[in-house]
Amino acid sequence: MIELLAIFGRFALRVLRSFGHSAFFFFDLLRHSPAALRRFSLVVTQIHAIGNLSLLIIVASGTAVGFVLALQLYYALIVYGAAESLGLIVNLSLVRELGPVVAALLFAGRAGTSLTAEIGLMKAGEQLAAMELMAIDPKSRVLAPRFLGGIVAMPILAILFSTVGILGAYIVAVKMIGIDAGNFWSIMQARVDVWRDVGNGIVKSAVFGVICTAVALYQGYETEATPEGVANATTRTVVIASLSVLAMDFILTALMFSTP
Amino acid sequence: MNKRGIEALVGLFVVLGLLGLLFLAMRAANLTTIGNHASYTVRAKFDNIGGLKARAPVRSAGVVVGRVTSITLDPKTYQGVVTMNIDQGFEFPADSSAKILTSGLLGDQYLGIEPGGSDKNLAPGDTIKQTQSAVVLENLIGQFLFNKAAEAGTEGAGAKK
Repeated sequence: MIELLAIFGRFALRVLRSFGHSAFFFFDLLRHSPAALRRFSLVVTQIHAIGNLSLLIIVASGTAVGFVLALQLYYALIVYGAAESLGLIVNLSLVRELGPVVAALLFAGRAGTSLTAEIGLMKAGEQLAAMELMAIDPKSRVLAPRFLGGIVAMPILAILFSTVGILGAYIVAVKMIGIDAGNFWSIMQARVDVWRDVGNGIVKSAVFGVICTAVALYQGYETEATPEGVANATTRTVVIASLSVLAMDFILTALMFSTP
Repeated sequence: MNKRGIEALVGLFVVLGLLGLLFLAMRAANLTTIGNHASYTVRAKFDNIGGLKARAPVRSAGVVVGRVTSITLDPKTYQGVVTMNIDQGFEFPADSSAKILTSGLLGDQYLGIEPGGSDKNLAPGDTIKQTQSAVVLENLIGQFLFNKAAEAGTEGAGAKK
């Protein structure tokens, strides 16, 4: 009985400790970020690695999501003779929810894993320890530029995801199905607000960028310095980043869009 | 890849992002309809504004001429005060009337302006005097039922005699 309680207590303590540990890590990252801004070329290299190289998968999935949304919504909306508001629904769902969330999930899979694996291997190869020996702080030289790069890249990727999604829906709805192009755009323009919908979507994606990159960096930095350790850390990055993005999305949606 | 190439690619990436943002703001949302032309403010008081919301369009003869900016309650008369911005290009006679209308049977409510015949035009800050409140479906149904009951009552009274 006591043994059972002890297992439970150990588990709770471990969870609490990891929370505290990751919070300290996060504030350390924030503290080192201004230093990385001064060496901006490092950040630019990371934006390339994180952002540019994720472009293909983001654009491809965005177009596919736009295609499928348009096709499915058409079948449902034509029943009520409201097929023309298809553009509006596609736009709102992409800009408010799907753009930031799906882009963040893809980002965690595409860029987050590579960050974790890279830093995990650096740690396994004792490169980080070597840097510390040379009096270079690996947090400001290695982690902070990647952190900033992720924060810059994520909103841009989400914007592009929504943009190509809407264009994809336009192709299916107007070019293939034959919905009137004027109505497609004008209903959208009448009901979508720049600050409320587009602006909040961008705020969301920036928050997701912070979450995904911070989780990936933390998992990489705290990995066990073995091949299995790096493998586990990479898996955990995807799981934890995706779940936190989904949870955070619910909270942000409740805060941003609770009033109609 | 050399450093310059990477910088150029990142520049391209950021420019693409800005273009996407521009597309979302101008083409897929309503940035074109606000802010870029001058407008003047007019107010109107209604006994009942129904489901009118801020940012609802103001139309005259079906053409959008402005937008509702805010809706408040007058604490003295208990009337709804609707403030709207009308584009500078459209001027209406001072005795124009305002109505709250619905687009289609179940559509959104908007504010309709019917021009009057006065020589003077509405000036910025003016209040539209003649207004017609929103039609509230519940009141309408209530009135209909009441009339029906009254009719039945008089018929019943007639039969007794």
